[in-house]
Amino acid sequence: MQAIRVNSLSKRYVLGGAAHNSLRDVIAGMFSRSGRQPAEEVRALDDVSFSVNEGETLGIIGRNGAGKSTLLKILSRITKPTGGSVEIRGRVGSLLEVGTGFHNELSGRENIYLNGAILGMKRSEIEARFDEIVAFSEIERFLDTPVKHYSSGMYMRLAFSIAAHLEPEVLIVDEVLAVGDVAFQKKCLGKMRDVGQKGRTVIFVSHDMNAITRLCDRVIWIKDGKLRLDGAAKDVVGEYLHDQESVGAEKHWPAASAPSSEFVRLTSVRVCDEAGATASSADIRRPIGVQISYEVLKDGKVMVPNLHFFNETGTCIFVTHDWEGGWRDKPRPVGKYVSTAWIPGNFLAEGSVYVGAAVTTYSPLEVHFVEWDAVTFNVIDSIDGDSARGDYVGELPGIVRPVLEWRTETPA
Amino acid sequence: MTRIGPRRRLGALDLRELWRYRELLYFLTWRDVKIRYKQTVIGVAWAVLQPIVTTAIFTLLFSSFARFDTGNTPYPVFALSALVIWLFVHNAVTLASGSFVSNSNLVTKVYFPRLIVPLAAVLSGIFDLIFSVVILVGLMLFYGIVPTTGILLAPVLLILAFVMAAALGTMLSALNVKFRDIKFALPFALQVWMIASPIFYPASMVSERWRPVFAVNPLTGLIDGFRSALFGLPFNWDMIGVSAVTIAAMCIVSLLVFSKMEDDFADVI
Repeated sequence: MQAIRVNSLSKRYVLGGAAHNSLRDVIAGMFSRSGRQPAEEVRALDDVSFSVNEGETLGIIGRNGAGKSTLLKILSRITKPTGGSVEIRGRVGSLLEVGTGFHNELSGRENIYLNGAILGMKRSEIEARFDEIVAFSEIERFLDTPVKHYSSGMYMRLAFSIAAHLEPEVLIVDEVLAVGDVAFQKKCLGKMRDVGQKGRTVIFVSHDMNAITRLCDRVIWIKDGKLRLDGAAKDVVGEYLHDQESVGAEKHWPAASAPSSEFVRLTSVRVCDEAGATASSADIRRPIGVQISYEVLKDGKVMVPNLHFFNETGTCIFVTHDWEGGWRDKPRPVGKYVSTAWIPGNFLAEGSVYVGAAVTTYSPLEVHFVEWDAVTFNVIDSIDGDSARGDYVGELPGIVRPVLEWRTETPA
Repeated sequence: MTRIGPRRRLGALDLRELWRYRELLYFLTWRDVKIRYKQTVIGVAWAVLQPIVTTAIFTLLFSSFARFDTGNTPYPVFALSALVIWLFVHNAVTLASGSFVSNSNLVTKVYFPRLIVPLAAVLSGIFDLIFSVVILVGLMLFYGIVPTTGILLAPVLLILAFVMAAALGTMLSALNVKFRDIKFALPFALQVWMIASPIFYPASMVSERWRPVFAVNPLTGLIDGFRSALFGLPFNWDMIGVSAVTIAAMCIVSLLVFSKMEDDFADVI
């Protein structure tokens, strides 16, 4: 029995051009004779078809910007497809975020009701599961305290507990497990497994390949808006990881296919060491540079190059903008530019880092291009005793790993 | 079985689905009311002060300096009777028009019939309306105004005012998602609307020639009718009829605009 059937689903977005952001523009547009710039179309999803059997747990993987979120949003009915169709049998519960609609001024008790209703629970269902939700969240004592006084851990536990007690026939879960402490994460994963085993259909999106292989029977891989592979979890994850490695430390784009707008075009992105040589790995203690080269095609815009850093689990480590390069308020003349951002040593944690490169104009906001996963590099800790880990050789969590100044006093 | 496909026509009109989500409407309204009174320092007092202070100002201005002829009705009751409707409409439309922007986190993360968002905002305004009706009743008792059978029409007119605020608020909420400058234009437009409505002056003051134009404003019939209902005056049925028709037209336009725009909310907001 099929619970979900997706038939050649497509979603196109129109960027710039056609979209008006204010009534003033609309009115001004009515009187201006000049033809508007042609709108740029982005295919977020392109002819995707698959089906999910009842009781199956399906994982969806793919890089940032591949179209996973769009697919989830369509399945959750948040946005409409431009083409194709989806048929879903049974009630759908979607968790694209935990704690959606939580209000800081309301107490934990009040938020359970509000959030439950937002997630589609009936009042009677919330009442029936209320005690269980409270017990699962371990926040009994603070039930009548406004959630603004909660620690972030408590907040997440409460939010997840409500979500975990949602019992729809089809459950759609986005990367929400990447929160909270490890012990609670395990508890939630356990709860999700229960959901799967009770014959419910689960769709699960994550960057965490361990969680995906542990939880899912089958995995589909979305690449550039298309369905790339559909099969057993281990096989698809394996292929995906293999493909990931093809992203290198340097990438050049030919003019014809480069990410661009009418004002600017990306030419290359590369990772380099202090000497300026392209480097696919970096010593955790040394600075590393990311260089973005672009060509301004038409002058008149103030442009801010920006870089987005993600770790292996898809968590954004940080975003950096070029405010200091002397071009903050200056419209750029036509020409070639190379901007380099230097990440200090003893800042990133070990592991793979994926870099997205973009050029943006901020006022009014205009994203000229964004290229996710443009380049990648590895941060390596050779464990010589002078990095942040000191003499500790075990697994060290955290998305950054600074060396901090510590002072210990011995008061008399 | 849920079918998801490209845009439906008149999606906003799916009443069955709206009914299925009635509990969410209740919870969002309840949240709005609760937050409003929790966040302001004076809390519930705000709902009481707003009609009283406005009535006092109007009384001072328009019965002492600019004297309008309000017949046998004392000016404070005359003004408050209109303010009950106006303040509700004003607050409800203002709250509803910004409702998608302030609930953007919901719209981009969860599905529910989008119409619920502006409706909850308008419904939350009823709480304030009840307070001002209580004050109005108190003031009528104070002036010894004895209602006639006409008062039976008062609740009907309040319901019409609610429908009008809901229609207008819903339309503006949808437009505001795309055209953010509406929030700057709205206060000004509301001010003009207030002056163009018989709130601090009687409807009878407008000359015969301009009456038809004046009556197109649905508030004219509502306020004039509400006063007739409260003070036992003869009803101007033509004016009430025109208002009812205008309000019905507003509902249709509002639903058309809303259905046309709602599918894109999550992408645009």
